[in-house]
Amino acid sequence: MHPTFSVIFLTTLIGAGQGLFLAMVTGQLYAIARFLPAQTDQFYAIGSLVALVLLVTGLLASFFHLGHPERAWRAATKWRTSWLSREVIVLPIVMFLVFAYGAAHWLGLTMPLFRVGESLQVDATLLLGLFGTIASFALFVCTAMIYGGVRFIQEWHTPLTVTNFLFLGAASGFMLAAAYSAYISNPLVTFFGTWAVILTLTGLASRSAHLVRNAQMKYKSTVQTAIGVRHTVIAQKAQGATGGSFNTREFFHGQKQTTIETVRLLFMVLVFPIPILLIGAAYITSSPTLPILAFVIQYVGLMAERWSFFAEAKHPQNLYYQSVA
Amino acid sequence: MQDPVAYSDGLVGRVEMKETTCYMCACRCGIRVHLRDGEVRYIDGNPKHPLNKGVICAKGSSGIMKQYSPARITQPLRRKKNAERGTSEFEVISWEEAFSLLTERLAKLRAEDPKKFALFTGRDQMQALTGMFAKQFGTPNYAAHGGFCSVNMAAGLIYTIGGSFWEFGGPDLERAKLFVMIGTAEDHHSNPLKIDLAAFKRRGGRFISVNPIRTGYSAIADEWVPIKPGTDGALLLAITHEIIKLGLYDREFLTQYTNAAELVIDDPERADHGLFYRAEMHVEEGCFDPQNKLWWDRELNIAISTHTPGVDPRLMGNYVLEDGTPVKPSFQLLKERVEQYTPEWASPITGIPAETIRRLAHEMGVTARDQKIELPIPWTDCWDNEHNSVTGNPVAFHAMRGMAAHSNGFQTIRALGVLMTILGTIDRPGGFRHKAPYPRPIPPCPKPPNGPEAVQPNTPLDGMPLGWPSKPEDLFVDGEGEAIRIDKAFSWEYPLSVHGLMHNVITNAWRGDPYPIDTLLLFMANMAWNSSMNTGEIRKMLVDKHPDGEYKIPFIVVCDAFSSETVAFADLVLPDTTYLERHDALSMLDRPISEYDGPVDAVRVPVLKPKGECKPFQDVLVELGSRLQLPAFTNADGSRKYRDYPDLIVNYETSPGSGIGFLAGWRGKSGDQFLKGEPNPRQWEMYVQNNCVFHYELPHSYQYMRNWNKGYLHWARAHGMVRYAEPITLHLYSEVLQKFRLAAEGKRPGRQPPERLRERVATYFDPLPFFYDPLEAQVTDLRRYPLNALTQRPMAMYHSWDSQNAWLRQIHSHNYLFVNPGVGLANGFGDGDWIWVESPHGRVRCMCRFSEAVEPGTVWTWNAIGKAAGAWGLGPNADESRKGFLLNHTITEELPPSAAGAHLSNSDPVTGQAAWFDVRVRVYKAADGEEAVTSPQFAPMPRLPGQEKQRGQWQAFVAGLFGKKS
Amino acid sequence: MTQLALVIDLNVCVGCHACVTSCKEWNTSGWAGPLADQNPYDGSPTGTFFNRVQTFEVGKFPRTETVHFPKSCLHCEEPPCVPVCPTGASYKRPDNGIVLVDYDKCIGCKYCSWACPYGARELDELQQVMKKCTLCIDRITDAKLSDRDRKPSCVLACPASARLFGDVHDPDSEVSIAIRERGGYQLMPEWSTKPSNHYLPRRKTVMHIGQDELTRVDNPLRKEDLTTYTGEETLDDVAW
Repeated sequence: MHPTFSVIFLTTLIGAGQGLFLAMVTGQLYAIARFLPAQTDQFYAIGSLVALVLLVTGLLASFFHLGHPERAWRAATKWRTSWLSREVIVLPIVMFLVFAYGAAHWLGLTMPLFRVGESLQVDATLLLGLFGTIASFALFVCTAMIYGGVRFIQEWHTPLTVTNFLFLGAASGFMLAAAYSAYISNPLVTFFGTWAVILTLTGLASRSAHLVRNAQMKYKSTVQTAIGVRHTVIAQKAQGATGGSFNTREFFHGQKQTTIETVRLLFMVLVFPIPILLIGAAYITSSPTLPILAFVIQYVGLMAERWSFFAEAKHPQNLYYQSVA
Repeated sequence: MQDPVAYSDGLVGRVEMKETTCYMCACRCGIRVHLRDGEVRYIDGNPKHPLNKGVICAKGSSGIMKQYSPARITQPLRRKKNAERGTSEFEVISWEEAFSLLTERLAKLRAEDPKKFALFTGRDQMQALTGMFAKQFGTPNYAAHGGFCSVNMAAGLIYTIGGSFWEFGGPDLERAKLFVMIGTAEDHHSNPLKIDLAAFKRRGGRFISVNPIRTGYSAIADEWVPIKPGTDGALLLAITHEIIKLGLYDREFLTQYTNAAELVIDDPERADHGLFYRAEMHVEEGCFDPQNKLWWDRELNIAISTHTPGVDPRLMGNYVLEDGTPVKPSFQLLKERVEQYTPEWASPITGIPAETIRRLAHEMGVTARDQKIELPIPWTDCWDNEHNSVTGNPVAFHAMRGMAAHSNGFQTIRALGVLMTILGTIDRPGGFRHKAPYPRPIPPCPKPPNGPEAVQPNTPLDGMPLGWPSKPEDLFVDGEGEAIRIDKAFSWEYPLSVHGLMHNVITNAWRGDPYPIDTLLLFMANMAWNSSMNTGEIRKMLVDKHPDGEYKIPFIVVCDAFSSETVAFADLVLPDTTYLERHDALSMLDRPISEYDGPVDAVRVPVLKPKGECKPFQDVLVELGSRLQLPAFTNADGSRKYRDYPDLIVNYETSPGSGIGFLAGWRGKSGDQFLKGEPNPRQWEMYVQNNCVFHYELPHSYQYMRNWNKGYLHWARAHGMVRYAEPITLHLYSEVLQKFRLAAEGKRPGRQPPERLRERVATYFDPLPFFYDPLEAQVTDLRRYPLNALTQRPMAMYHSWDSQNAWLRQIHSHNYLFVNPGVGLANGFGDGDWIWVESPHGRVRCMCRFSEAVEPGTVWTWNAIGKAAGAWGLGPNADESRKGFLLNHTITEELPPSAAGAHLSNSDPVTGQAAWFDVRVRVYKAADGEEAVTSPQFAPMPRLPGQEKQRGQWQAFVAGLFGKKS
Repeated sequence: MTQLALVIDLNVCVGCHACVTSCKEWNTSGWAGPLADQNPYDGSPTGTFFNRVQTFEVGKFPRTETVHFPKSCLHCEEPPCVPVCPTGASYKRPDNGIVLVDYDKCIGCKYCSWACPYGARELDELQQVMKKCTLCIDRITDAKLSDRDRKPSCVLACPASARLFGDVHDPDSEVSIAIRERGGYQLMPEWSTKPSNHYLPRRKTVMHIGQDELTRVDNPLRKEDLTTYTGEETLDDVAW
């Protein structure tokens, strides 16, 4: 598939946004459980704002993918069957909840609404955080299933696509939370950093499993089934157009195999070992900049990861577009 | 969006439909042009048309884009004073200026030496008018593109069976059981062949394709027989060998309808050696082959007049006539000839296993013998034998340029004609069928002028510019035996060059050999690009000057609808119309679109107004002819005879009162006659009322065996199609060729070839088909240049001029050299690599594509996809010039100097057919640092005045809206 | 329920591209038009086509088959492109089974093209909406046209009549009979998309000639019994 930057930005930005939001809520839950020192409402509010900015930027990026963004509202209509439609519905919900969660913190709407059990005071922020978390998970699933649901692209059609999106998005969000904490010299750097490392390692497991799976891919479709001729040697000569077509532009990355391999190596380094090492180094040195660097590097790495995700996907229609003459 | 079910074209704009005839290629299908608000909305096949029966091809469906092409020339243009020729610096002039300029120049030439004016046209289906204009002008220097297309196919078969493929006749696939196609690419007879081929296959017919390349029609063959280019003759002769050896020939057909049993004088000492022994009896003089010949009677063992009732002649043996003349039936000579041509002999030459050759022979012979067709159609032959039925042997052949475009093509095609004949398949059901006005006498009657005195100032040419020589006296040579035509056609160099040699005109005119000319008028011929061999050098010749600064070809006029490469080299450009903007007559005087069942002709009528100042070339000729006061265009009182082309078509008669004119349908004052009849002033309207086509279906008893069908031949004579109703005996043995050979051997009194050409003529004018290596292969180092290089036109571009067509060019915007993967491996390059193709004459750089569908000794490409930068209305970065290439740069128009001449054309020595496919090449990888563009490149051709500016990045055609927007 | 479809006969398709441009011609000015072209007269010309003819080579020289392969929307019975469309622009007509796009609803997200394993959909890059074969629905339903003309443009154009058109649900239709009797098959059956369009395979006619069929009793060579006696000595002269 041809990697388009609008979609790369969309998925990585909202992934980080969702992850950051999850980090905020996680931080709040830990604080409620008194595992962590309580933070100011402003901390959560600003964190949510950053998450919202990421989500909005991602949404804006996605418009560049559309031929007719002005009709994007129509995309909400087919939620019964289309994961894309579902994403279009869930994304604003997430954005609203992230906004509401941040706003609730900003406005200090922390008076308990009700109590659960003995000790858990449930206030508006917690409720919104809970709903926001559910919505964020739903959004991860929707976004990932846009790709994972395309059964024809076998590289994508696996639960690992969902786990990749989830863990890598969450990792980058927690990494950003660590960076945010470091930036404001907040003691939660270690907490968020540790979660970021855990999520990054989980993401590594998931993404590695994905790579291993795809390396062993047996394709359902072959040129034999594509044209219905039974022979071991079939080669396309002409595809009916010599100047290219939508089919050659949308479904081919047009890059050399060495580029593909380089990008794969690049993201495997940028997303996983380097941020982990940097966070580790940040523990030791208490550096405020290393977590920021870790996030930036991981984010760049994730863009490469998403590029690679597209580039490595082979669409069966490509069997019809192998040669020009 | 509106519900499509509720949508109708008529709701969007005013719709109308007009019928006319297509001209996106030379096939000439009936079309319906649907217009919306005056713009072409849809062109589809006319279901009522006999040729295409409602279907249409890729080109026909893209006619709209031809209409709106930015390559259109819209104004008459004159090369600017002081501008160099070839730089496309033109100024717009009026038609009046153009006509007066031309009239003045041509009138002077006509008064001094009409030969100094040469008219050559790329299209050969307007020859009735263009040929008439040349003859009236008095110049012999006229031809169409046949000489560089397929004249070998026309001449080889017409000199053998009195007809040929394509417009002259074809395979009867409706009844054939076995169809063998040789050397036919995607072309020559486009839609009808596709229609018939599909139906044939559905009926379970067996289709064998012999071709070095498997594309197009060959793709759906039941068997592909890959063959080395230029060796078809060896294959056919070996098949003939096997068929004769096994007795699989149709003996009855051979004895009755061919000269197989006729006795040939067999005494090398005699001056008439190799001619038929002709008994002394009265014969009417004519251009037919008189029947005063002898058979050898099997029963009585004596010589006897041919076709003596009840006589069964010998086909084999040698005999001595009463006067002591040793004779042999010509079939015996054929048998002796092919004895050497065993399948084992042909196998290494053709690359086809001997057992395959043998099997092909068996399939043909056994099918012809055992699957006989008998139709309950009574007919009478020329010897008054009544037949209760028409019978046929269902083996059909089709062949085209793959056989023709070699310098051994004529003899190869003779071999095909002989094979078709011994199988008994000529004008019989399931075999080969003629199309009116064929069959014609062997050879047909019209002759070229035969001496310099035929060309006189201010006088029409004495003879037809093109004709059919039957003996040395018919050649168009001077007292020295040298050429009179600028292309040297009908000279001893190419005696039977019945379509001329357009491919040598520019070189000869540039060299001034045999003489310099003044004005060269080219119509629709891209001689500065794909229609010339040696394109790069030709482009230099077109701009070459004498030391005094005068161009070697002083004045070049180009008439074309599009800014072709050749337009750049014009001094005067005349903007032609497209086919949708003009009248045309697809005339019986020319090459009509007849069907097997009878004559068919057709017209084009304008559907749209001409763009800008465009004027149909036919109207230009009528105007010029009138201004020059050429006799056929002028009344006795000197006034103009025809208002315009449509007026000429209706009122012209070949001679006063002949009743024969351009169109065969709806003749006579009230339109109730056909073929012959007085001019009908309402003829155009009547064509328009009848789908623009006239189709006369012959009675069934006249539809077969027409060479010898008394009823048909008398009908044809009565309707002005033939001059004689004599039987057209098939020339298994060609006495015509033998006459030329005897002259070359110095045995025959009368005209003799110049000394240097004696051996050449004696060698190639063999009365029986034989195989020889193509001339270029004979003089090329085949170890250095081991590969054959071929071209073919793809179906979506066949016969068309459509790289300027926005839709068609998307299918083929550039081309690759197809090579067998083994060739790539042996030469160290891979699929898709940039490579050089080099011949002894030049080289081109291109991209290669590996293909398993080409025999390993051959490389090939789609022809004429490559264009010069900027030509055809394309941007300078168009794929056609950056990635497309022309193989012509590797092909020479002249053979290396030899004892036979310093400047012999790279052509068939019999017919002058351009030997495009003889070129030998080698291929090697382009160096790493080389630019990834094809080579050679030429300076981009600028846009011409009146030509539309380069279109933008987008084009979204919607009929009715498109024109309004722009 | 009616399911209109094409049946494409690879046994007779010569790859002439007539279906390609007749389709373009009809549809660019029709209900589904325009079909825009980019760089129409310059480098890498490209444009929207509903139908393409491709070429494949099968086998190795000299046993090579060249297969011309026309490809357009297959109007699947289970069209995977339809449910993924987020706006409902892509739909399958209940009355005749044709899969269509409503350009006014299409947002140009290209997702449907990802969900088509055949590459049958093309984004019109000028209008930025997805376009595809409509089986010339604006022809086949136009009551103003004659019965003969109420067929898809490609079907009418095809010189080899390699394209059959009809209702594949009607067992007695020309297309159903062709599929049944001539081995009609679907592309990429592994995806269970149930394409309505079918392809008919190549069929070969071969000839078998037994050795004893080569010559017959009436072999014409027998009429040329050509031995001649010119007076030389024979056994008959010397033996007793």
